[in-house]
Amino acid sequence: MSVQADPIGLTEVEPAKKTGKKGKRSLGILRNRKALIGLIMLAFFLVLALIGPWLAPHDPNAVTQDSLQPPSADHWLGTTNTGQDIFSQLLVGTRGVMLVGLLAGILATMISVIVGVTAGFLGGIGDELLSLLANVFLIIPALPLIIIVAALVPSAGGVTIALIIALTGWAWGSRVLRAQTLSLRKRDFVEAARANGEPMWRIIFFEIMPNLTAIIASGFIGTAIFAILSEVTLAFIGVTSISEWNWGTILFWAQSSQALVLGAWWWFVPAGLCIAAVGTSLTLINFGIDEFVNPRLRNTAASASLLRKKGIRARIGFTPVYRGGGSQHPETTRDDDRPDADTGTTPRGGARRRDAAQADDATVPGRPAASGLPTNSRTTTDTEEVTA
Amino acid sequence: MKYFLRRLGFYLFTAWAAITLNFFIPRMLPGDPVQSLINKFQGRLNTDAVESLYVLFGLDENRTVWQDYLAYLNNLFHGDLGISFTYFPTPVTQILTQSLPWTIALVGLSTIIGFVLGTLAGVGLGWRRGTWADNLLPIANFFSAIPYFWLGIIAIALFAVAWPAFPAAGGYDPGTLPGWNMEFIGGAIYHGILPALTIIISSISGWILGMRNMMVTVSSEDYVTVAQAKGLPERKVMFGYAARNAVLPSISGFALSLGFIVGGTLVAEMVFSYPGIGYMLFQAIGSKDYPLMQGAFLVVTISVLVASMLADFVYAFLDPRTRVEG
Repeated sequence: MSVQADPIGLTEVEPAKKTGKKGKRSLGILRNRKALIGLIMLAFFLVLALIGPWLAPHDPNAVTQDSLQPPSADHWLGTTNTGQDIFSQLLVGTRGVMLVGLLAGILATMISVIVGVTAGFLGGIGDELLSLLANVFLIIPALPLIIIVAALVPSAGGVTIALIIALTGWAWGSRVLRAQTLSLRKRDFVEAARANGEPMWRIIFFEIMPNLTAIIASGFIGTAIFAILSEVTLAFIGVTSISEWNWGTILFWAQSSQALVLGAWWWFVPAGLCIAAVGTSLTLINFGIDEFVNPRLRNTAASASLLRKKGIRARIGFTPVYRGGGSQHPETTRDDDRPDADTGTTPRGGARRRDAAQADDATVPGRPAASGLPTNSRTTTDTEEVTA
Repeated sequence: MKYFLRRLGFYLFTAWAAITLNFFIPRMLPGDPVQSLINKFQGRLNTDAVESLYVLFGLDENRTVWQDYLAYLNNLFHGDLGISFTYFPTPVTQILTQSLPWTIALVGLSTIIGFVLGTLAGVGLGWRRGTWADNLLPIANFFSAIPYFWLGIIAIALFAVAWPAFPAAGGYDPGTLPGWNMEFIGGAIYHGILPALTIIISSISGWILGMRNMMVTVSSEDYVTVAQAKGLPERKVMFGYAARNAVLPSISGFALSLGFIVGGTLVAEMVFSYPGIGYMLFQAIGSKDYPLMQGAFLVVTISVLVASMLADFVYAFLDPRTRVEG
């Protein structure tokens, strides 16, 4: 169904998108407002992680006479019951949180790429076994598992925790990667490469992997969120070393020193807000990636404010067509065949319907964090049965 | 039928994997955990407990790993999970059977309520995309990034300390005895409101976001256009055509992410000192009560598996394609 060329003037706001130059495309993710805000917030916390310990005005462990002081000029976020400066604890603790998030994210992504791509590429019995492994790890409650492992490791520090989290949290990414690899494997360009006699490693690294970049990135971010929430939770319940500062340790001391009953809100509010801010920044980046990859979501976001400005009520699945004057109720047109609707990173191929199902599988906001973001992918085995 | 059998096989396998992991984890770790535990308790462990520790960690010299494993499975089938240190000499099984109903009632109910409300809200938001409704998304996004336990702390600070409308801890009125009488049940509901609200609020936003995106995606399918073009009532297109298909990934997602959610809600129990498995786990961590920790892990895992299996069967009921033979 052809569309009246941009009837409501989408071109006004996104002319750059239409130019579609190679160089501009690579910056596309930055043009997404959500992703940009997320990246700026994340950069702020990363900088804090680097220089936080030098910025800290006090020694976070120093016990002083000023116990339970509310925020003041000397102690910006007040003090604990032993007179420790909470602002300094927060600054020093940032490094631990970011380090574990990053490290666990990288490790888990590596495992998930290896398992997921291999499973998707091998097919057959190897695929069955690897998928089974991933599903088992996915469904066993991760937090209790991490707890029983971490509780046994004597004085588990940041790196150990990152390792344990990575070993238990890779399954989600691998599942999504497997689904996407599976749909790529039979595409024409891969078949062509195989017919040309390209070796297996070359097909995997140069034909398939580049098409998985966005999914790998979003898997990494999802795992980082999960890792940060898990680490903070572990510190809060006292499984990990309580002498190493991170935001969870602050909350642990606040909880065990009855900060709630004492009404010392400055003790437990800032750390939680920081966790939520880092989590939000990462989710925003993930949304940016999703909208970048899934054009349907992107168009929605781009046109929403415009529609409002023009006073047109959006209806699901339809792009209102403004024919000027007359009608109060604009007619509607399908929007998924727009000329720019297929600029995702996945290559176009045959079997469009199957692609759609699998791409949705792979790109809808990903991996639930420990806080329980739901997942959106239908079980791939089911999709298989349906489409096969 | 084939579908059900396959899923059943998968869950049985996962249960076995969890049980086996539970057996091997204490054995794979370096050093002598028993000695370090004995040091931690500073001689307050009696010889029986030390004995059972050596058996638990597989340091009993006289037996092979295989014999240990068989004995462990055998004990498990007889419901024997060892003896708790914290509540010595109460068997772990007894502690867990007392706390499991609390967890199932609180976590089960609030997770399901959160899922249903979130999915409905997601349907509405997805249907009204491009309107004021989109402004709610950043808020949902922020809430989904908050850890359960912190929301719990804030809830206690606001509604139990600053404005004492609800109790800050416990699962029932201390004055009543657990039983099927109005006083006790009323007290239990009253104590459960705050933790349940916490769990619902922090889990709901994830479902909203997921369902909203699926609605946006599904609604541009041809069959929705056709339904709309036929002039069917909007409500019917929204629920009967768009939402019914968009909800499928949410339900299979529900089955898969239960493990994550339950992990988070256990921590919420810890904050509220709610007498469920999560709180037991918390106590076990505090006192390094390893048998109780492992028992809690097993019970939680098995419960999650059962719940996931139910969600899977609901999925099969909703999606006829899964029931097709072959």
